[in-house]
Amino acid sequence: MFRLGKHVARILLTVLLGGILGATLLRVAPGFGVDEEELDSRLNDQSIRALRQEQQTDTNVITFYFRYLGRMLHGDLGISRTLRRPVSELLRERLPETAKSVTLSLALGWALSFALVILALMSRSWSVDLFGSVISGFLLCLPAAVLSVLFVMSRAPARLVLALIVFPNVYRYVRNLLLRSASQPHVLMAQAKGLGNFRIMLWHILWPAAPQLLALGGVSVSLALTAAIPVEALCDLPGIGQLAWKAALGRDLYLLVNLTMVVTVITLLANSASNLLGEAFRPSAA
Amino acid sequence: MKWARTLAVSLLALTAAACVLADVIAPASYTHQFRAEPDAAPSRQHLLGTDDLGRDRFSRLLYGTRVSLLLAPAAALLSSLLAALIGGTAGFRGGRVEKIVMSGTDLFLSLPWLFLLITVRALMPLNVSPIVSAAITFLLLGCLGWAAAARVVCADARSLRNSDFILLARASGSSGLRLLWRHMVPNLLPVLLAQFWISVPAFILTEANLGMLGLGVAEPLPSWGSLLREMQSYPSLAGNPWRFIPLLLFIVLVSCFQLVMVQEELPA
Repeated sequence: MFRLGKHVARILLTVLLGGILGATLLRVAPGFGVDEEELDSRLNDQSIRALRQEQQTDTNVITFYFRYLGRMLHGDLGISRTLRRPVSELLRERLPETAKSVTLSLALGWALSFALVILALMSRSWSVDLFGSVISGFLLCLPAAVLSVLFVMSRAPARLVLALIVFPNVYRYVRNLLLRSASQPHVLMAQAKGLGNFRIMLWHILWPAAPQLLALGGVSVSLALTAAIPVEALCDLPGIGQLAWKAALGRDLYLLVNLTMVVTVITLLANSASNLLGEAFRPSAA
Repeated sequence: MKWARTLAVSLLALTAAACVLADVIAPASYTHQFRAEPDAAPSRQHLLGTDDLGRDRFSRLLYGTRVSLLLAPAAALLSSLLAALIGGTAGFRGGRVEKIVMSGTDLFLSLPWLFLLITVRALMPLNVSPIVSAAITFLLLGCLGWAAAARVVCADARSLRNSDFILLARASGSSGLRLLWRHMVPNLLPVLLAQFWISVPAFILTEANLGMLGLGVAEPLPSWGSLLREMQSYPSLAGNPWRFIPLLLFIVLVSCFQLVMVQEELPA
C-alpha cells in the first residue's frame, strides 16, 4: 500500500511540476498574450477591450500558473491555436488511434523478441542468436522516420513500423536478461535432474527474470509512444504523434505542452504498473 | 571483435577526413544549383547525381556528414559534461543532495524525450540562419540528453565515494576539490567515455528523425536529416538505386559508432 502511495505521489508531483514547466514554456513563448481574434473587423471597440481584459488576467505569472493548473485539473486543456478546437477533444479523437498502434507494436515487438531469444536458447543455436543480433543491430541503425518512409514506398502496413522500432530495443535487453538467467547454477541443476526444456524455460529462466522483463515492458511503452511521432507523421496515421508534429510545425504550444503532459502521464502509469507488478514477482523469485 | 572495431574506427576516420577536406574534394558548393540538370543520374561531373533542385548530391553528402560528425560529438560532449557535473556532484556529496538531484533526474527521465525536444524546438525563433538552426538543434540534444547518463555517473561516483582509496585520501588530508579532481574524475572517465560514445549515434539518429520531420537543420545547409528527407519524394524503392547511397552511408556510419560503443561499454 505504501509503495502504491509512493507511485501515486510521484505521478502527481510530476504532473504538477510538468504543469508548471508547461505553463512557463507557454508564458515565455513568442506571441503570448496576443489574440488573433482582435484582427476580426466585425468586432467593435467594446469587444476588443473585453478580449484584452481577458488576456490581462494572464499577465501575472503566479495567477497564470494557478489558472492553468486549475483548468488542467478540470479537464480543460485549452484551445489549439492551429486547429481552433479544444485540446481535450483532439486528444479524445486521436488517442485511440495511437493506443491501437502502440498496443499492436508492443505485442508484435515483444512476441518477435521472445520467439527469437527462446528459439536461440532452446536450440542452443549460435546461428539463430547471430541472426537476431544482426537484424536488431541493423534496425537500431535506422531512424524511425526512414523506416516509415521505406514502408510507405513499399506499400507495407504502416502500423508494423512501430513494431520494428520496438523489436531491436526489446530484443537486446531480453536476450541479455534471459542469457544471464539461463547461465545461473539452478538452471544447470534443473537440467541435470532431467527436467523438460519447457519447464526449465518457464519456471527457472523466465520466472526469475520477470521483474526486469516487466520493468522493460514499462520502458518499451515510452519508446513506442516517442517513435509514434515520426511514424504517424510520415505514414499519415491520425494519432497523437501526428498531432504533435503538426503542432510543432504550427508552433501550437498549448497543444504541444498538453500532449507532452498526457504522454508523460501515460509513461509514468506504465512504468509504475510494471514496477508494482515486478515487485509482486520478487518474493517468489527469491 | 578487435578487427571489427579497427575497421569501424578506420571507416569513421576516413569519413571524417573526407568531410574535413570537403572544400577540396567536393566538386561544387552545397548550395550551387545546376539548373539545367535537376534530378540527374550519376555522371563524371556529379558522382551521385543531383537532387530535385539541381544541387550536387555528393557535395551535399560530404558537407551534411561534416555537420553531423562535428555537431553530434559536440552535443554528446555537452551532455556527458552535464551528466558528469550533475551525476558526479550528487554521487560525491551523497545524502540529501543525491536524493534531491536524483529525484529531479528521474522526473526529467519521465518526460518523453522527442515530445519535449520538439516542444522546445518549436519555441525557438524561426528567423535564424541555417548554421544557427544546426547549432540550436544539437545544443538542445546536448542539453536534454544528460539525464540517463547522470544516473550512471551518480551510481559510479557513489561507489567510488565509499571506496578504500578515497577513504585513504581523505585520511591523508585531501580536500574536497582535490579529491574530486585527482581521484574521482580520473576514475569516472571510462564511464563518461562510454556515455559519450552511446550519445553520438543516438544524437545522429535523433537529428535525422527531426530533419525528416522538417524540424531539424534548416535548408540549404545539408545534414543527415535533410539528406534523408529527399527519400520522401521518391515514388518507389525500385529504380534509381544511387539515391539510396546517403542512406547506406548513414547505416554504415551509425553501425561503426555502435561497434565502437560496444567496445567502450565493456570497461564500464
